[in-house]
Amino acid sequence: MAEQVSPSRQAAAAARPNLFQRWLERKREAAEGTDYLTSLPKRFVYVYLPVLLFLFILLFPFYWMGLTSIKPDTELIDLETHNPWWVVNPTLAHFNRLLFETDYPSWMWNTMLVAVSATFLSIVASVMAAYAIVRIRYSGSNWVGGLIFLAYLVPPSILFIPLAIIVFDYGLFDSPLALILTYPTILIPFSTWLLMGYFKSIPYELEECALIDGASRLQILVKIVLPLSIPGIISAGIFAFTLCWNEFIYALTFISSSENKTVPVAVLSELIDGDIYHWGALMAGALLGSVPVALVYSFFVEHYVSSMTGAVKE
Amino acid sequence: MAGVEIRDVRKAFGKTPVIHGVDIDIADGEFVVLVGPSGCGKSTLLRMIAGLEQITGGEIAIGGRVVNMVPPKERDVAMVFQNYALYPHMTVYDNMAFSLKLRRAPKSLVDERVRRAADILNLGEYLERYPRQLSGGQRQRVAMGRAIVRDPQVFLFDEPLSNLDAKLRVQMRTEIKELHQRLRTTTVYVTHDQIEAMTMADRIVVMHDGLVEQIGQPLDLYDEPNNLFVAGFIGSPAMNFIEGTLRRNGAAAAVEIGDGTRLPAPPVNGHADGAKVVYGIRPEHFAYGNNGGGLNAEVVVVEPTGTEIQVMSKLAGQDICAVFRERHDLTPGQTLGLSPALDKVHLFDAATGQHLRPPPST
Repeated sequence: MAEQVSPSRQAAAAARPNLFQRWLERKREAAEGTDYLTSLPKRFVYVYLPVLLFLFILLFPFYWMGLTSIKPDTELIDLETHNPWWVVNPTLAHFNRLLFETDYPSWMWNTMLVAVSATFLSIVASVMAAYAIVRIRYSGSNWVGGLIFLAYLVPPSILFIPLAIIVFDYGLFDSPLALILTYPTILIPFSTWLLMGYFKSIPYELEECALIDGASRLQILVKIVLPLSIPGIISAGIFAFTLCWNEFIYALTFISSSENKTVPVAVLSELIDGDIYHWGALMAGALLGSVPVALVYSFFVEHYVSSMTGAVKE
Repeated sequence: MAGVEIRDVRKAFGKTPVIHGVDIDIADGEFVVLVGPSGCGKSTLLRMIAGLEQITGGEIAIGGRVVNMVPPKERDVAMVFQNYALYPHMTVYDNMAFSLKLRRAPKSLVDERVRRAADILNLGEYLERYPRQLSGGQRQRVAMGRAIVRDPQVFLFDEPLSNLDAKLRVQMRTEIKELHQRLRTTTVYVTHDQIEAMTMADRIVVMHDGLVEQIGQPLDLYDEPNNLFVAGFIGSPAMNFIEGTLRRNGAAAAVEIGDGTRLPAPPVNGHADGAKVVYGIRPEHFAYGNNGGGLNAEVVVVEPTGTEIQVMSKLAGQDICAVFRERHDLTPGQTLGLSPALDKVHLFDAATGQHLRPPPST
């Protein structure tokens, strides 16, 4: 039996090519590349508005941090008579207190020491691990790669209890070494995974060629693979450094004395007296604490971009 | 410089055998081309000579020394890869100097060798450039320069021209051959392109499915293929193969094809009347016209190239390609007279593919 087609359906079918054509037309317009961005109103909607929105969301915390750190206490506490979005009598009192009345300089030094050492350790280990997994043929190399990633999936907040026992047993408690040696447990799996992907992108022939040219495995790694993986190593390094710098749980658990603390923990535990928040000093500490990370980023981003343009392309 | 001996070499990846016992003897200073379709094991064999693949069975000797267990760097071979494998982060100079620097050669020697190689290959003005700033042909030359600088016992080339465009490929082909004539270094060259093999080789090794089908000088392979595979692989356009039945009449023989047409055939040894055979003849071995027992084929496509005309035609349902140097006026659908040159006809056993040699002349 032939199916009856309702009139409305027929109308819809007749309208469809029309719609389709219009869609095609729009597509064709889009296919003209970025020309649609040439008119100012369109550009405003498509480009500037979203960018401004993102900028606001990203920069507002910094503005708030900066603002709070230079507000005198009177303005901080009394929001009724003072405009909360602005500062009338800026002061450096909070910075003064932070730098000269607390252990802030040594917290800073601790954080730097821990972050740099742990990052260095992790990158060295990850480079070797990733290279071995990707390039050396041995049974189970795929498994090892998978297992390393699995290790990354275990949350640090579960690991800190067993790690605490180990740290105590080795007598590392309350020393920077406790952090330098435990951070790599989080850093190595991810960096290895990242570098594995990078090493895989290096053509195998380059290494075979070097092998025939007379290079040893180590020479291949140092003279061929590493120079070509600089972008990858920098990404892994930035990742590791930032993670160390911001790490909280291990730093809170494994360090007890004030002068050995790292910035994120110390700011929180030393600048809050019971239920009194020293907002000015807190924010000053946070602001100063984010400067090194910002510096590292701004310096390496340029490096990163320049090494990307000369990437492993022949 | 040294010869290379390959004795009953076998290779298996896991449990999959890919090379089933290959014997090749390469003389000192010889230019040998390994040719075959992809997957025939030619690159694997080359990589075994280089030391990049383990040898599962048999022996490879370079300059009389068995190198089965010798690491690549001690084999004194240089290899040019298909994608050149230039180190992207080094200049042309450093690329070429890399191997010598690894050997801790004195700076003056490195400099002298690199400049000499650059001179041979016309790379003088590019020494400070990076590989990404070079054209395909220049990169290819740097890759060769890197090999020359080493002054190795053996050059290995792994399809070095397949990334180049057609025109450059012909030019580089000549350059590589010229280079070999100048340096006389033993060379093993892998390609899937039979034209490259024919034009460059002193001797060709035709490989197929992990076995050597035939070894010989280019023209010998062309004129006297051992079997159907070699006959079909060497030569372009390829040899015509017509299946038929052998009809013997004393010493004289003919091949009967589908529609009862009898193709004149050379005398053969053995093989009784009625044996299934393949009649092989190259496109250029047809004479135009029907003088003296020729065949009538129907023209399908005519392809003039300027120097010659290729005519695709049908004979009893089978495709026949003929090439004429003269400019005949042919149109599709027309009947074309083809006279095969009897002394250029090859007969192959349809079952084994082996060439049926004529009886030994008395």
